[in-house]
Amino acid sequence: MERIPILQMGDFLLVTIQVDMHDQLALTLQDDLSERISKSSARGVLIDISALDMVDSFIGRMIGTISGLSSIMDAQTVLVGMQPAVAITLVELGLTLPGVKTALNVERGMKLLQDRVREQ
Amino acid sequence: MTVRSSGTQPINIEQDVVLARQLTRKLAQECGMRLIDLTKLVTAVSELARNTMVYGGGGHMDWQILDENGRTGVRLLFRDEGPGIPDIKLALTDGWTSGSGLGLGLTGARRLVEEFELDTAPGKGTRITITRWT
Repeated sequence: MERIPILQMGDFLLVTIQVDMHDQLALTLQDDLSERISKSSARGVLIDISALDMVDSFIGRMIGTISGLSSIMDAQTVLVGMQPAVAITLVELGLTLPGVKTALNVERGMKLLQDRVREQ
Repeated sequence: MTVRSSGTQPINIEQDVVLARQLTRKLAQECGMRLIDLTKLVTAVSELARNTMVYGGGGHMDWQILDENGRTGVRLLFRDEGPGIPDIKLALTDGWTSGSGLGLGLTGARRLVEEFELDTAPGKGTRITITRWT
């Protein structure tokens, strides 16, 4: 089955979405991530969507769900790399991703996660 | 108004929604549409194509590239033979959903395009036409 790879780097899980996802693929990623967070005791999840040229309500919901379930499992999710056109479209669509932490790029996202771990 | 080119994309499985998005992207690029307008159109297509598949039980997306008074546009018709929408006003309310979604698909798609036409009746299927101009 087609899957989006999840990489582990220390306390963090990294996901880079580089394909045009169909809905099942998005749901599989959601399930895989929750399992990996639980197995690896990861403290943070970084999702890089810089290669995504579209985020619709389905993918938006998936991102919100991942963020919510990771926080219940004591891991912080950061969404990074959203293209400007995607951001404008999301707002117009009515999706503002409440509760989802974002950063402009991978570097800033990693810093955000590292700071959080250090604080605790 | 003249039709430069036209065609049909079936929408029956999840992969067809991806194909509909990719086709729309190609059409919009052919028209020389700006990236932001293209992104809005492709996102609207994703919402409507998913509705056609999930709620309409499958259907088609008819596409046209139009020329009118020096401007070019992409017009898309999503049609299915599904149960139709009983209450159009309710269906066009933000946050309302008959399924398990966020209820942003139909209303969101309408905000993302310049022209939006909805033709539906219970038991008569649903036809949604959207147009975005360059």
